[in-house]
Amino acid sequence: MADPVKLTIDGIAVEAAPGTLLIEVAREMGKEIPAFCYYEGLTQVAACRMCLVEIDGMPKLMTACTQPVGEGMVVRTETPKLAEARKGTLEFLLTNHPLDCPVCDKGGECELQDMVFRYGAAESRYVEIKHHHEEQQWSPVVYFDPARCILCYRCVRVCSEGMGVNALGIVQRGAYAEIAPNHTDHLNCDECGACIDICPVGALTSDSYRYQTRPWEMNHVGTVCTHCSNGCKTTLGVRNDQILRGNNRDRSGINGEFLCVKGRYAFDFNESDERLTTPMIRKGGKLEPASWSDAIRFVAGKFKQVADAGRRIGVVGSARTTNEENYYLQKFARQVLGTQSIDHQRSGDVVTLLDALAGRQNALATVEDLYQSKAVLVIGTDLAQQHPLLHWQIRANWRHHGAHTYSVTAGPVREDQHTVGAVRAAEGQEIAALEQLRAQLAAEAELAIVFGDSVKGDAVRQLVAFGDSLGIPVKYVCLVDYVNSRGALDMGLTPELEPGYRAAADRGMTLPQMLADEHLAALWVVNADPLRDGALAAKDAFVVVQDLFLTATAQRADVVLPSASLYEKQGTVTNVCGEVQRLKKAAQTMGAKADLEIIGLIAKEMGAAAKMGPWMADKVFTEVQQVVAGYNVPLPVLATGGAAQTAPPSAKIGVETDPALIRSARDTLFTSGTLGSYSRKLDSLLESPGSLYQGEDALALTAQ
Amino acid sequence: MTLPPELEQKFSEIIGKYPPQHKRSALVPLLLYSQDALGKITPELVTEVARRVGVFPVQVEEVLTYYSMLHFPKPMGKYHVQICTNVSCQLTGGPELWERACKKLGLGHKEVSADGLISLEEVECIGACSWAPAIQINYDFHHFVTPEKLDELLDNLRQLQ
Repeated sequence: MADPVKLTIDGIAVEAAPGTLLIEVAREMGKEIPAFCYYEGLTQVAACRMCLVEIDGMPKLMTACTQPVGEGMVVRTETPKLAEARKGTLEFLLTNHPLDCPVCDKGGECELQDMVFRYGAAESRYVEIKHHHEEQQWSPVVYFDPARCILCYRCVRVCSEGMGVNALGIVQRGAYAEIAPNHTDHLNCDECGACIDICPVGALTSDSYRYQTRPWEMNHVGTVCTHCSNGCKTTLGVRNDQILRGNNRDRSGINGEFLCVKGRYAFDFNESDERLTTPMIRKGGKLEPASWSDAIRFVAGKFKQVADAGRRIGVVGSARTTNEENYYLQKFARQVLGTQSIDHQRSGDVVTLLDALAGRQNALATVEDLYQSKAVLVIGTDLAQQHPLLHWQIRANWRHHGAHTYSVTAGPVREDQHTVGAVRAAEGQEIAALEQLRAQLAAEAELAIVFGDSVKGDAVRQLVAFGDSLGIPVKYVCLVDYVNSRGALDMGLTPELEPGYRAAADRGMTLPQMLADEHLAALWVVNADPLRDGALAAKDAFVVVQDLFLTATAQRADVVLPSASLYEKQGTVTNVCGEVQRLKKAAQTMGAKADLEIIGLIAKEMGAAAKMGPWMADKVFTEVQQVVAGYNVPLPVLATGGAAQTAPPSAKIGVETDPALIRSARDTLFTSGTLGSYSRKLDSLLESPGSLYQGEDALALTAQ
Repeated sequence: MTLPPELEQKFSEIIGKYPPQHKRSALVPLLLYSQDALGKITPELVTEVARRVGVFPVQVEEVLTYYSMLHFPKPMGKYHVQICTNVSCQLTGGPELWERACKKLGLGHKEVSADGLISLEEVECIGACSWAPAIQINYDFHHFVTPEKLDELLDNLRQLQ
């Protein structure tokens, strides 16, 4: 690495790597040089003229956002001359800015407002009438108020550079210049809302949040998004138990400030009118409201009766409940109900991957690895649609580090924009098609491989063998569907594997077997909807369902218990890369209980409370750490909102699982299983793209 | 979108002038030639040009709306009359010519006659200050324009039809 450059900023001697920008060095020192257009991670435009600094020997003020450090440079960032210059810039910015701060969503966290407050340029010498243009709605999510825009280009850049969508541009010129959507008067895009979040003023606002509240009236709770398996940290703005906003402006967590449409807007299912708020017991063929104590007593009684009679009980867990709940549920099933028939809908062949990689260190990639690895290979998935954070990471890796991206997919994907090797292969044919890339891949220094559910069973072993044959360090990510799909496997929600991938002594029924078993006496479904596209063969089985909504399965149930959403729980979840993160309870729905508490109450009623231990997330996690191999992660990391990757099992798992059980729901950006169908926001967006392998065509972009 | 053969040839010629990795630089000449050849720039053409030079359609729109000689989305007339009212022309009768043209044609700034034949635009300096007042009709300059000469020019346009 080149020698550091020595320079002086505001009388303080500092060193910085050659090529570092002055604004970055100053920020490192804790000096905030004001800037609207400069944005870390995006290209430079030097459009706003706020970051001017004085540099000795340079006759004019220089823009700190484009000026690299120089040897012996003497820089001043706060002088009366600079204050005057910035005040002048602000006066220009305000010539057409409406100053409607009292009604603007951004009021209180507006960068322009802050700067005007700092430099005092609120009074203008201009007396001309302000140029005004009416507010426009561009999509069910995005509103644009042209008058407020200060033309910093942040939204344009985050959309084109960050997302690769390129839905925004700036049309016209001078005072009439304004942002324009890609389809004249509306947007056809991912609807991720990054443009809204990144806007320094209130020019872009979201349908969910606009005119709802003020930023200081909310509690800001950092938790994990409940939708896909990427496990983005999201900071929920909550007022009176109502979630009003989701963003991650503090850049904490594995995703930095990235969120997709689900993280930013699909929290609305939480306030859906259809949320269940009271337990129900079927009486005379109809589900009737009941008290919690009656419902729990009824369920416990029935369970005891069935278990004592030695009849078959099936338990279906969820990819959306916490690790603690999953662990507690399987413990309850195995130790109290005495059944090994416990399963959930599997969406990726993690088990075979872990078995194939047994004993290896550093063979599983983290979300960060996808940003750092010198090369990335994407197999059998449309990441931009299905795993938006991973797509963002890989794209950022290409933007910032020039990483090579390869893909083997069934159709066009967004990675094609920067791919160095794209192969089209039908589902199931991906591994054979890999050979076409062998020479290129073997020449890379390292590789991260991301693969979808079409690679399962033997194909996973073949993939690992292929990786080994390249002779370079390779890391893997096996894609799964939902926020805790990975955790459900880790916690042993399968009949063949107990927590930590220990082979079960005797195997119970899998999910399809339970549904097909005519003699099933009881079925307990926790936050899953197996009857959505399946039927229960046992006509008189006693069915208990814990869910947020009256799903197809809940409609068949004998007892329905309203459970809390992930935004209303404490606990941990494990993302697609095996990284554990801690949840924070953000809101509460009257009448609903966390699944952990519900399971605990049933256990207590059955007299198994002592055996099960307290139903407190922290206590259960302590047990998980002791019992589940790989989960002995550092607690301070979790407590401070970080993500800790679990270690894979050190020995072969050695249990055959049926690849036919693995089936991804193939959710896109605008669907999210059961939760998605109760999110009005997602419903309103359910149009194109919304389908896989459309690549750029989905956005009606340039077909190369 | 299929282009007329001559324009297609022009496209290849223009794009061929730039290194492949910089073919987006051909954007402005492509748009200017298309506008002249087709008389207007349509959304289909925007998509086509974007595809040819490897940018997104919205980026073509950015360029189209930035440059005043490119007219989008509203096309100008077959004869685009541009009257300069910048300093030199202002001192020598440009504004009078502008008002006279407006009255005579019944058109305002960037307006097009109903038959699409003539359009009018008040423009900034066209670089003909030595011969002010000057006007420009399509690519032809007319120097030292008097009200009579303006009438004659405008009448001629009708006859050219």
